[in-house]
Amino acid sequence: MSLRLTALAAALMLAGSVHAADKIKVGFVSTLSGPGAGLGVDIRDGFNLAMKRLNGKLGDLPAEVLIADDQQSPDVAKQVVDKFLKKDKVDLMTGIVFSNLMLAVGPTVFENKTFYISANAGPSQYAGEQCSPFFFNVAWQNDNLHEAVGKYVQDKGFKNVVIVTPNYPGGKDAVSGFKRYYKGKVAEEVYTKLGQLDYAAELAQIRSIKPDALFFFLPGGMGINFVKQFVSAGLSRDTQICAPGFSADEDVIKAVGAPMMGMFNSSHWAHDMENAENKRFVADFEKEYKRLPSLYASQGYDAALMMDAAVRDVKGRVEDKAALQKALEAKRFKSVRGDFKFNSNHYPVQNYYLRAIGKDAQGRVTNKTMGTIFTNHADAYVSQCKMK
Amino acid sequence: MTQLFLEQALNGLQFGLMLFLLAAGLTLVFGIMDCINLAHGSLYMVGAYLVAAAAQASGSFWIGLALGVGAAALLGLVLELTLFRQLYKRDHLSQVLATFALILIANEAVRMIWGAQPVMLNPPEALSGPVEIGGFFYPAYRLVIIAFGIAVAGLLYLLVAKSRVGMWVRAGASNREMTEALGINVQALFTVVFVFGAALCALAGGLLGPLLAVQVGMGESVLILAFVVIIIGGIGSIRGALVGSLIVGTVDTLGRALLPTLLRAILPADAAANLGPALASILIYLLMAGILFFKPQGLFPARA
Repeated sequence: MSLRLTALAAALMLAGSVHAADKIKVGFVSTLSGPGAGLGVDIRDGFNLAMKRLNGKLGDLPAEVLIADDQQSPDVAKQVVDKFLKKDKVDLMTGIVFSNLMLAVGPTVFENKTFYISANAGPSQYAGEQCSPFFFNVAWQNDNLHEAVGKYVQDKGFKNVVIVTPNYPGGKDAVSGFKRYYKGKVAEEVYTKLGQLDYAAELAQIRSIKPDALFFFLPGGMGINFVKQFVSAGLSRDTQICAPGFSADEDVIKAVGAPMMGMFNSSHWAHDMENAENKRFVADFEKEYKRLPSLYASQGYDAALMMDAAVRDVKGRVEDKAALQKALEAKRFKSVRGDFKFNSNHYPVQNYYLRAIGKDAQGRVTNKTMGTIFTNHADAYVSQCKMK
Repeated sequence: MTQLFLEQALNGLQFGLMLFLLAAGLTLVFGIMDCINLAHGSLYMVGAYLVAAAAQASGSFWIGLALGVGAAALLGLVLELTLFRQLYKRDHLSQVLATFALILIANEAVRMIWGAQPVMLNPPEALSGPVEIGGFFYPAYRLVIIAFGIAVAGLLYLLVAKSRVGMWVRAGASNREMTEALGINVQALFTVVFVFGAALCALAGGLLGPLLAVQVGMGESVLILAFVVIIIGGIGSIRGALVGSLIVGTVDTLGRALLPTLLRAILPADAAANLGPALASILIYLLMAGILFFKPQGLFPARA
């Protein structure tokens, strides 16, 4: 009897080593409270929507998604990531919105040999010298959307441009991304305080310069403040405003409304893109959450689909790191943005599109895709990445 | 150049008056009740959300503003009767802890009700563009804020300097025990002041909603500025709050407008580009430190 039990146990253990995981654990850490929560909530909702479509499974294995709030603080992010890695032993991670948090937790995650699928933060460090086999970005490299705006402004023949951005590293990166493709005259670079409320002084200065185009990168509430005040100052008559998609997506449009019409922005995805995956995603999202998805939601959705495809590819053997890395690199899922592939630094090589804000068929103020700015565009840091 | 300077001066005035709406309530609560209310900014946020909700429901910004301010005053009344009344007799640390908790509760409550994304609040159509004054354009809506600010300042002056309630308030601010000894119902007075402060907060939130993002956490960024104002002006003094607001508004606006240009004239372009924005953003704190050095009680101390 006891012999039989032992044999059974041995057989079970053997079976276990072949088919190691009977469940996939995903650690989802994102900004879900505080002023930056809008973005994290959208990524989470997109991710959850994809999980619902997959019937709660990743690669046909039941999946458990552990969700935690990083409160937009690097310290809190490190704590919850540590807990997910050491106590819960998650197989895959995703969710972080802000690059400074990503840079804070990255080393711990990579050291633990856990794959991180970033659904937003795309710091240049992880695209270049500090690139890691365990880091994938399913969205973009931080500079990409700024580069696309720069290219558009250059191609359109704007000659006199003012740049407005907060005085912090992300703002400086935006300016360098923009200037990588815009070669014309920059009349003024205005650096504002991070979290600034009132832009009257800057707007008066812009009025006196009379630029033909204005590029701004003011994340979150700052962008909303700026656009509202820009329009009420009457500057939109003479100056074309352009921004990366972050400053002109559903979250901002919902807060500003009609005054945003006519604004140009860049994105790798738009809710009106004509492909079957995207149509299904947008329809399901609207049905589930009663609002249009933002680019953040599309990225969260793609992150879940990417995990699903890779886990299926390795037949659930997620502990085989080399195989899982190959499966992730292969990108065998259909993205809602259409086709793209991963570069050698695990960042996407993809198209970037021009969107303009206008009214759709139902009279809602929203983005419309106007054309392609970049085709199969890679980031500027890939040559510095020596993937081990 | 003169036009630009004029426009910037108007901007400074407008920013100052907007700060005054917030600082007036804060300085009264702090000065008279000796109660540190960190949740003042939360009342401002809740006020803005209530105004936005009422404006969307009624379709009119002005009706929304009136309803929102009324609802916020009611909320202030409930808060005063249930929570703040218990806090007056506690020390400042308990007040800071309790009102900080209130900030967190308010933020999460607002997120649960209205969602994590900012909500829309736009100015009435007629005021959404700029108007021409003597050759230069100025946003019509900012002129409305200036008008409201001046009207509130005038009303407060009349109330505080000329009315009986105002006399009690001033008496309470300068010597609480003596006021109580003279038979003034200080508890009722506190309630009135607190509710009035909450209404001013909501008015500021509602009026600024069309210029700023109505979102969770909007109160905290503005609270710091309001504290700077009342410290410069002298805690408990309405006149101090007004003068402090105007100084902070003007110095901040002109600093941002002129410092980068000035620095470029005297420094190499590279250094100026780095120093200008940094210096402009700490200017008001430098100013506060300077004023506290010479006048530790602020410009117009309420307690003699």
